[in-house]
Amino acid sequence: MDFQTLVFYFLSAILVFAALRVITARNPIHAALHLILAFFTCGGIWALLQAEFLAIAIILVYVGAVMVLFLFVVMMLDVNIDRIRQGFWNYLPLGAVLGLLMVMEMGLVLSSKYLQAPAADAVVPAGVSNVREIGRLMFTDFVYPFELASIVLLVGMIAAIVLTYRGRKPSKYTNPNQQVFVKAKDRIRVLKMPVEKD
Amino acid sequence: MHTLTLSHFLILGAVLFAISVVGIFLNRKNLLVLLMTIELMLLAVNMNFVAFSHYLHDLSGQVFVFFILTVAAAEAAIGLAILIVLFRKLKSIHVDDLDGLKG
Repeated sequence: MDFQTLVFYFLSAILVFAALRVITARNPIHAALHLILAFFTCGGIWALLQAEFLAIAIILVYVGAVMVLFLFVVMMLDVNIDRIRQGFWNYLPLGAVLGLLMVMEMGLVLSSKYLQAPAADAVVPAGVSNVREIGRLMFTDFVYPFELASIVLLVGMIAAIVLTYRGRKPSKYTNPNQQVFVKAKDRIRVLKMPVEKD
Repeated sequence: MHTLTLSHFLILGAVLFAISVVGIFLNRKNLLVLLMTIELMLLAVNMNFVAFSHYLHDLSGQVFVFFILTVAAAEAAIGLAILIVLFRKLKSIHVDDLDGLKG
């Protein structure tokens, strides 16, 4: 067993442990923290696969942005844990059977001879930059999906702001409905005043 | 990397995916952890993409993972925003309380 295999098993053990803790943790904050551990470890495994750009990107995007968002939300909500945990283990037998079945099926397929790809010649030669290659690909072949991705992010940003924004509307606006049905007497008030002499 | 084969990574992805499916069963009442298990599921899929991209010498898989990350970030932002709006209205994120549509 060479060094890379050892690292792979070490990281996957951590990853599976963290994933299990995410789904069983009592406190949502613990679940979020273990999810951060899972993403971090996954970055390590991707670095092992020589996908350096994604290894950095997942740590920046997920650990740096998405999970911080999750933690903020978890801390803002006042969750009644006892009520949510009620009957937590009821569905474990069904879920465990389904999960094991899925792993078994996929294992049967994935351990087939076809997928025992020769690993030795998959190594990227020295001097080839993963980041540079991905950048070249992204701005040539995938430039249109790249623009679409930016639109998706814009839509996500606007949607999140619109959904959670509450507060006084900053502009004074007129209600057209009221404006149409307004009568002259609503607008002008005639005051009776005593005539002033002298 | 000599003894590691493609199926090592694919089976790891399958295990992660199965764990998140079990997580959806266990946490069916907690909307917050449900969102987290969905993120975990996306991670399992991304693992397969990166593994295939490495073993088939095709960087398109890694570019695709980048796009999945983008969509997942937008999804998390909108999902959490909906969660917050929901919590303001109902004062709870219990899935059983979400029966406004009486479906």
